[in-house]
Amino acid sequence: MSNIPTKDLHTGGIITDAGNTSDFKTGDWRSDVPQWVEENCTHCMFCWIYCPDSAVMLDTSDEKTKMTGFVFEHCKGCGICAQHCPPAKKGKAAIVMVRDEK
Amino acid sequence: MKQLFVGLTGNEAVATAFKQARPHVAPAFPITPQTEMMHKFADFVADGEVETEMILVESEHSAMSAAVGASATGARVFTATSSAGFALMWEVVYIAANLRLPICMPVVNRALSGNINIHNDHSDAMGGRDAGWIHLWCENTQEAYDSALMCWRIAEHAGVRLPVMINYDGFIISHTSESLNILPDEDAWKFIGPKDVGAGYSLLDVENPITVGPLDLTDYYFEHKTSQIEAINNSPEHIAAIFKEFSALSGRTYDFIEEYRTDDAEIIIVALGSTAGTAKVVIDMYREKGVKIGLVKIRVFRPFPVDVLRKALGKAKVVGVMDKSVTFGGFGGPVFNEIRSAMYGTANPPKIHDWIYGLGGRDTDIAQIESLIDQLQAIAGGSEAEDINMLGVRL
Repeated sequence: MSNIPTKDLHTGGIITDAGNTSDFKTGDWRSDVPQWVEENCTHCMFCWIYCPDSAVMLDTSDEKTKMTGFVFEHCKGCGICAQHCPPAKKGKAAIVMVRDEK
Repeated sequence: MKQLFVGLTGNEAVATAFKQARPHVAPAFPITPQTEMMHKFADFVADGEVETEMILVESEHSAMSAAVGASATGARVFTATSSAGFALMWEVVYIAANLRLPICMPVVNRALSGNINIHNDHSDAMGGRDAGWIHLWCENTQEAYDSALMCWRIAEHAGVRLPVMINYDGFIISHTSESLNILPDEDAWKFIGPKDVGAGYSLLDVENPITVGPLDLTDYYFEHKTSQIEAINNSPEHIAAIFKEFSALSGRTYDFIEEYRTDDAEIIIVALGSTAGTAKVVIDMYREKGVKIGLVKIRVFRPFPVDVLRKALGKAKVVGVMDKSVTFGGFGGPVFNEIRSAMYGTANPPKIHDWIYGLGGRDTDIAQIESLIDQLQAIAGGSEAEDINMLGVRL
């Protein structure tokens, strides 16, 4: 919880810094967790496109962008990435949902 | 400035004032007795007298939602409603105030349903008295017109930026032709002026993207409500300045309350809306008989003018509050609640009693107000009376 006092708030409670969702760590809601199976991954970026938050990490340093894993501070375990993972449809899932035992 | 002396209904007068304000957007949904106001305004649009984008929506909830969206772009926006229509807007009415959007809205006061009734009382607006809007109340067609000009200056003032509700009694004011003075279009425009689109924020400002109305939980909701409290509490100085400017321009005096023959009054009636006009006639009759009685008419109910009311009522022996709405199971009507609370703790406060009257448009005639004054005189003479009373009902 941040501590901005009433007098410093924007009129009407608007938010002026776009993309500030990344400041909010919401990964502790999770009951299932995605596991990345690197050898099955084709780096198609479907998981990155479908992720409702910003939980898929990418490496964009090379010409071909690569998926490199998950940001668990933002992943809520919804499993949409696993549902849409194209290799999974061929029986070689690159994302597998497992129970988050913590 | 030469004003125009015309005959208009309250609805026609308000539509005329809004035409003179040149709003950008007007979402519209019909409900009696407001409908005719929007009909008249739609005529002005169709005849090319004003360039306003009218949005014909499917409900009042949508009307206020469209008004909020349009206003958040920086546009000048109004809509209008009555009764159950206002009740259906409820959720979004609060949002408009929270987002500090300067929307103006006539609420042409009508009873709330159960049973269905189209006639005047104040239960619609009084139900929304805590929604964060500024409430102006009108005694007659002239005041409705003038309020519909002043509301823009109040709502859009950089030190206010809150929505304004203009209350005038359904049918009694909305559908009754009265003579009044209106400003020529160019003088009205000179007074209102274009909306300062630089004030506040705009959804269409793509250089400065914003989120409007986000999730607001335990960490910030309380602070945002506090900023709303401060906004409406800071509004009186700006409202007062706008009243003063318009009074000088029009020659018609406006203030938070109007005092009628209260200088030496031992008994004071407090009322809102058209009833104040009837009360003035009856007060004149009793003054001729030597009864020291006066009236305080509340023009601005939110923000509630505590200090001026304390001053106006402090000298009286007995105050009779007239409430044209009811709080079931509560301690009197909303006007009484506020007045009693404001006077508590002042030195030698008057005896204050409440009369619920006129529900569902029950006509409040001279005989009823005579009966009220007779009861107030008895209390001044030492008689005991109930805190909460009824006027004009068959028990």
